[in-house]
Amino acid sequence: MSPAAAAAAVFTADNEARAAEIISWFPRPRSAMIPLLHLAQEQDGHLSDAAMRRVGELVGATTAEVRGTASFYEMFRFEPVGRYLVNVCTNISCLLWGGEELLEHACEVLGTEVGGTTSDGMFTVDEAECVAACTEAPCLQVNYRYRGRVSHADFDQLVKDLRAGRTDIPRHGVLSQVRQRADDQRRAGAPPPEQAREAPVWIRRPDEQPAN
Amino acid sequence: MDPRLESDGYLAHAPGYVANAGPKLITSRFADADSFTLQRYLATGGYRGLQAALAMTPQEVHQQVREATLLGRGGAGFPAGVKWGFLPPGKHPYYLVVNGDESEPGTYKDRLLMERDPHQLIEGCLIACYALGLQQCFLYVRGEMAQAQERIAAALNDAYEAGYVGNSICGSDFSVDIVMSWGAGAYIVGEETALIESLEGRRGMPRLKPPYFPAAIGLYGQPTIVNNVETLSNLPWLLTNGAEAYLGHGSESSPGTRLFAVSGHLRRPGVYEVEHGVTTFRELLYGDDYCRGIRDGRELKMFIPGGGSAPWFFAEHLDLPLEARPVGAAGSMLGSGAIVVMDDTTDAVKAAWRVVKFFARESCGKCTPCREGTTWLEQILRRILDGEGRPADIDLLLDIGDNISPGPYPVAAHGELEAVPFPPRQTTICPLGPSAVAPVVSTIRRFRHEYEAKITRRDSIPVTAAAPAGAVL
Repeated sequence: MSPAAAAAAVFTADNEARAAEIISWFPRPRSAMIPLLHLAQEQDGHLSDAAMRRVGELVGATTAEVRGTASFYEMFRFEPVGRYLVNVCTNISCLLWGGEELLEHACEVLGTEVGGTTSDGMFTVDEAECVAACTEAPCLQVNYRYRGRVSHADFDQLVKDLRAGRTDIPRHGVLSQVRQRADDQRRAGAPPPEQAREAPVWIRRPDEQPAN
Repeated sequence: MDPRLESDGYLAHAPGYVANAGPKLITSRFADADSFTLQRYLATGGYRGLQAALAMTPQEVHQQVREATLLGRGGAGFPAGVKWGFLPPGKHPYYLVVNGDESEPGTYKDRLLMERDPHQLIEGCLIACYALGLQQCFLYVRGEMAQAQERIAAALNDAYEAGYVGNSICGSDFSVDIVMSWGAGAYIVGEETALIESLEGRRGMPRLKPPYFPAAIGLYGQPTIVNNVETLSNLPWLLTNGAEAYLGHGSESSPGTRLFAVSGHLRRPGVYEVEHGVTTFRELLYGDDYCRGIRDGRELKMFIPGGGSAPWFFAEHLDLPLEARPVGAAGSMLGSGAIVVMDDTTDAVKAAWRVVKFFARESCGKCTPCREGTTWLEQILRRILDGEGRPADIDLLLDIGDNISPGPYPVAAHGELEAVPFPPRQTTICPLGPSAVAPVVSTIRRFRHEYEAKITRRDSIPVTAAAPAGAVL
């Protein structure tokens, strides 16, 4: 395989098309960086070096810039994690209703440490910061899907259900299962800023001239 | 489920939201299980605010928002109409960036608005774009909120197809794209210049100020309005009913309603739509229509009035109205509408440590006082909790705090300042570092004895210890 073909093969053909569509929404390709990293993580479960290189090619950034950006955001993983990433919140509102104890319980039940993955590759347990479900403390997310007011018994049942496949939670890496999509003729268009210097027609006043 | 919590009034499809009595300006559809669909939205007055706006000139729409004194709901409470006015004339293109990166500890409202009524938010974005001539809108949803992303993407797809977003909206000459983007886990991205950095495909680190507002220099160096989800969600009602009707709710200086997420040791924690400025903390925490008091009949020990960044309040603050000015004068802030209530079983040091740990973890590392200081604060609090605290640790905590956010802090200690100054006193680019100081100073002021009780070591630093035999000095 030629180097170019190998690079393109990082994403499946479908995902290459999705990447192009995501980029088309932004005035500058670089703005698609984080969505494309999510796309790579959705495909592979984590970010491989090859995927980061390909994202860099797509958005016009060096691999170092891509890695530098990705490493800032804690949802991006550079090593494989379990099929289900269990994030238990221990921030203030959850702390008050036993978030720490729930995290301990989760580690105990799954036989792993915080940040660790079970030997069967099913679960990774992590400590989460506030995920905006504070009235539902203690709460957790499985692959970023919420569970609120989780008792230890609830947690045990959740693990049983996930192990048995009784769930609609997709594997780690999959966020929104709906993608933004619109026909070209319905879109207003996203020209780069240097090509959009004139006031838009609906607001144009006689006294407002385009700035040069 | 925890039997101590009452949950009557909860809706299975909107966990935590309680439809209490009182006007519903932004949660009017929450009771409907299908509130997020275009069909339900149109059947309940949806996109009428947009139609009303399109019947006016853009300048008239801006004027309506200005007259309504719509205050920003993201944390700073700055009037949206005034912020909009900061756009420099003629420097097109202008952009709208929607801050849906809700991550302030205790804050739970924007997620509900995005999940339960995405079209309301989209309509709000359209009204803002029309009023100001904004050429593109970027709707940035927090990375961890998969369902909100799904609901917004689906709503946008439907709205595009129905002609409410995109080219030639409702057959007019108004055309704007709304693009959903999403984050990947970084609290600091809620700071508006960091959000812009993230949208440009970079590490989400705040930009150096000035300019204080991205309205001057924002996305791609262009004038940019950054508004919070809840702020924009007010616009459809405001434009449908007019500024005068909007001013009929809430208080004169804080009109309309606000969502408050009240969590912690309560009988009925919940997210409530509350008349802005007139309801008091006491009514919200103890009222039968709201949280119904502290769990198990216990006593209130302290509460956070406005998210993890806010200095803490105590029983004597309960009668303050939910309004920025009096809360600011009392030394804290309403912030993001997040109230965290702690009863008398709470360990003040532990609670402060947990909030500080959050800021230490989330510090982006750009400014030394924050990067080093928040970590020091966390480690010192941790060792106090572990029984390894040293006698000088309390002073050390205050000294580190002073290095991040030069005192007096909180400002009300000196009484002459009416509100938290803007920009706040800080040795850092953004307020994240100073936010970590708030819980430390608040708890040391009130519960110094709890700190002292935990500091049992008396052998801290042997100042005059003799050098060991044979040591080379």
